[in-house]
Order: sequence, then structure tokens, then C-alpha cells
Amino acid sequence: MLSDYLNLELPTETCAEIENHLKGCAPCIEFTESLKKTVELCRNYRPAELPQPAAAEAREELLRAYQGMLARKKSERG
Amino acid sequence: MAALVNREQEIELARRLLAGDAGAFDDFVDHFRAKVFHYTWLMCGHKEDAEEVAQETLLKAFQNFEQLREPDRVRSWIFRIAKNECLMKRRKSLFAPARELSLEELMPSKSSENGRMKLDIADWSQVPDDQALQAEMRAALGRAIGQLPELYRSVILLRDLEELSTQETAAILDVSEDVVKTRLHRARLTLRKTLDQYLLAGSLQSRQGET
Repeated sequence: MLSDYLNLELPTETCAEIENHLKGCAPCIEFTESLKKTVELCRNYRPAELPQPAAAEAREELLRAYQGMLARKKSERG
Repeated sequence: MAALVNREQEIELARRLLAGDAGAFDDFVDHFRAKVFHYTWLMCGHKEDAEEVAQETLLKAFQNFEQLREPDRVRSWIFRIAKNECLMKRRKSLFAPARELSLEELMPSKSSENGRMKLDIADWSQVPDDQALQAEMRAALGRAIGQLPELYRSVILLRDLEELSTQETAAILDVSEDVVKTRLHRARLTLRKTLDQYLLAGSLQSRQGET
């Protein structure tokens, strides 16, 4: 339920209940904050590793696929 | 290297490609190649596989691009293809996922101090909020994600890293939204616990002598 609360996926009354409890309960506040921080860290996580830049042939292959799709789309329209 | 592309720009690139504007091609490829590579690498740990999956995913995507009805859905559409391509790579994951922990094990222990309940956790207020994560912290997070059981890892990658919705994630993984929510919660608790242990053991001090 805590994750749903953090995701804003709970009905308003339940959120209010949780917030009321959190106000008075230091360990819960601390725990919720650490969970929230975990989520934030994930959202801000940027990879240290990037792929090698696409080789020319690989890029060509993709471009051909895209152009092929466009051509098909055009011919289907008649 | 292409500039960072946000979700709105992503949708715009997809819209342009659907309309036949090849000018959007390079940015689209660079952006999603990196995303799919990152996802696959975190799922299986093999860089070569991650490169191949990124290429195969984009290839399938372009071959079937007309099936993308709404540009808004491009991210979840690409990841659906990526997930299937990932599955086809049968190599055993380099990551040795830890066993799933029970809810009791995932919750921190409590102790009593001067009659007050205290959580036995690190001082998270010292963890940098956003911006560039310290290299060390980033490495710790990457390892922690790699240690998650696969079922949890795929959900946290899609929901919290890629910021897809519960509904989109459920569709990609072919499970119910409730399953996504449960796995996400477990994943977050597990990550929190792993990072907590890292923080307690590392340079960031846990709270000393506070009441």
C-alpha cells in the first residue's frame, strides 16, 4: 500500500489516513522517506555504460527497414 | 551524442517518423538504442546481448512502425518489443539474483531507545537528492538492481526507471495491474534494504547519539 501511496494511486481518504498516521510516527516517517528516496534514486539513475555507437551497417539496416515500411504504407494507400 | 530526449520529445520524434519525416530518424535511433541497451543490460548483464537486443528491437520496430497507432504509446511499444527480444536471448544472466525476501525480512528492525521506538536504518537525509549521482552511489544502485530477483527487476526498470505507467507495464509483462503493484512494492522494499546496508557500511554516517 505504501508504494501505491507514493505513486498517488490511492483514493483520497486512504491517503489522508496514511498521512495522519505518518504525522505522529517518527519511525514511519523515516521509513517512508527512505522508500521515497529509493524511488527518486531510480528515477534519476543514468547508466554509466552506453552502447557502442551504432556501426554504419547497423544504422543502414535500420534505415532500410524504416524506408521499406514507408514504401509499403504508401502503396497500401493506393 | 544526441542530447537527452524527454518523453514529450520522444513522442514528437515518433509522430514525425510516422509522418515520413526521416529527419527524426537519427535522434530516435540514438535515444531508444541507449534505452533498450540499458534495460537489457540491467536485465541480463551481458553487453553484447544488450547491443544485439537494441538492434533487433529497433529493426522490428521500424519494420512494423505503422502498427504504432498513437505516437504517445511509443515508449511502451518499444519496450514491449525489447522485452520479447530479451526473452529470446537464452544466455544465463550474469547477475546472480538473491532469493526473494519475505515482507518481515524487508522491513527494518526496530529498537527502543530511552523509551522511544527507533528504526535501525541509515541516515538517508545525507543521500544526494537528484542531479548526478555520485559515481559510487550509482554503482551501488546498479549492483542493487542487478541483485533483484528477475520478476522484481523487470517491474522496477519499467515503472521507476522508464516511468511507464502501471497499465503500460502490465501490458508489456502480460500480467495484471495488481501483480505489477505487488512486485513493484517488493522491488522497492528490497532495493531500499540493500541501499540501507550499503549506507550503513559506507562513508555516509548513520545517525549517532540522536534521541
